Amino acid sequence: MKRLAGWMLASPATLAITFLLVIPVAITVGLSFGSPGQGDWGIVQPYADFFASGFRRNVLWRTFTVAGWVTVISLAAGLATAYVVARCPPWMKSTLIVLAVFPLLTGVVVRSFAWLVLLGREGMVNQILQATGLTDGPVAMLYTPGAVIVAMVYIFVPLMVLVLVGVLENIPEDLLQASSSLGAGPVASFFQITLPLAVPGLIVGAVLVFTASFTSYATPHLLGGTRQMMMGTFLQQRALVAFDWPGAAVVAAIMLAVIVATVLVMTRLARRLNPMAT
Amino acid sequence: MTTRIHPLLILFTLVVYVFLLGPLIIIFGASLSDTTYLTFPPQGLSFRWFQNIWDISAFRRTIVTSLQMAFLGTGIALVIGIPAAYALNRYRVALPAWLSTLFVLPILVPEIVIGFSLLRSVTVQAGVPVWYALLIGHTLLVIPYVIRVVSASLASFDFSIEEAAISLGSPPAKTFFTIVLPNIRSGVIAAFILSFITSINDVSVSLFLTGPGVSTLPIQLLAHMEQFFDPTIASVSVVLMLLTILVMIIVERTLGLAIVAK
Repeated sequence: MKRLAGWMLASPATLAITFLLVIPVAITVGLSFGSPGQGDWGIVQPYADFFASGFRRNVLWRTFTVAGWVTVISLAAGLATAYVVARCPPWMKSTLIVLAVFPLLTGVVVRSFAWLVLLGREGMVNQILQATGLTDGPVAMLYTPGAVIVAMVYIFVPLMVLVLVGVLENIPEDLLQASSSLGAGPVASFFQITLPLAVPGLIVGAVLVFTASFTSYATPHLLGGTRQMMMGTFLQQRALVAFDWPGAAVVAAIMLAVIVATVLVMTRLARRLNPMAT
Repeated sequence: MTTRIHPLLILFTLVVYVFLLGPLIIIFGASLSDTTYLTFPPQGLSFRWFQNIWDISAFRRTIVTSLQMAFLGTGIALVIGIPAAYALNRYRVALPAWLSTLFVLPILVPEIVIGFSLLRSVTVQAGVPVWYALLIGHTLLVIPYVIRVVSASLASFDFSIEEAAISLGSPPAKTFFTIVLPNIRSGVIAAFILSFITSINDVSVSLFLTGPGVSTLPIQLLAHMEQFFDPTIASVSVVLMLLTILVMIIVERTLGLAIVAK
């Protein structure tokens, strides 16, 4: 009886996700494989083709490095900021949180566009560089990996700050008081108490930022263009410009595999590294 | 907490916040410029780029579509997501554990992969009209948010209140609407707002599901940027930011912003 009631209530969402997400995505993954008799590699021939192409390998590698840098920089900046925010007096803390939520709620297109304006030939960054005499002429900053990284860090730092403020607030204050009463300075307390306890939260933040930047489209499209293609922009180009659907399916399947592997490995790691777990 | 924070750390935090908010202020300034190209600081002062949003029919049309997708998609997601969240909490032991994993799949699977797969299966193979395919995409996208936020609020709901009402003779469906729903109201509102914002800002799913005559505002913004680099984009961005501020004020008044921070 309970079983039936539970299934009846859960069935619309279950059916919707199964038929409109699981099956279509499974079809895409299926499409990414070739036919058994084809080429030297049989059904994995399309993947062999993907990795045989220097251009495609570059796209994948660039996506990994950009997402990696974005994750590392966002973690460092986010942790330092969250550390200060979590220790502010309450009124200031809530103001700082509101100021971090605001950019988070603003669309990715708008936030990427801001950097398109800032980093352009006539943009503010170039104006400042020339006014201070650091460079003679305008520097070409758009359509470089650096531009994509800066804009993505900009997009993901608020998320990281909010995740980590929550994590740092959950660390019992008694532990820090105990460590300082036992003679540890703030730096020692940070590295011996706060950081180890924050590791599971840091991993959650890192996974969120890595997966989101690995699969993003708008930012690499606007700031990387066709010169600095990443997996997201390459998938769009294969599917909607070249109409190479099997090729697009391979890109989609690789993205999916990277994301699922990252999430599985990192959640397992988070569980193992959690000092509070028994 | 009264531990002293190193001044350098405070300075760094200040820099991070300037980095976070500076670019948005620059967009605001650029939208008021009287020039035909984007520039900051603005030269002259004019609201004509705001007028321009209304004059370009593509913007008018896509704003309407975006609002339709956000309201309808979120509405449908609430109608199918709330019962699912309820079932997950009320009948947890009777339902398989993989069900909650299934419900987070729309967040786990990259949005761009979902968009591409829907284009292939729903638009091309099943022949579903573009507008409906787009609605399907937006609904799927927000279901996990609805289920997660509503579940969180059901987790602190005391189901014995519901049992008391039922044992006093109230029919289950009526009990849900008169007892359960009012108690999880703040969760439902939070789920609505979070979903609405996710839907209105979405690029990666919509990218593949827009077609001739049917597009959303973010996709139209990208298309406009390919051709023009005038302050219209900045003024649209400002309108979107003002909308965001409005939403934040409403949230603050009704629920407190702590809900969004989670």
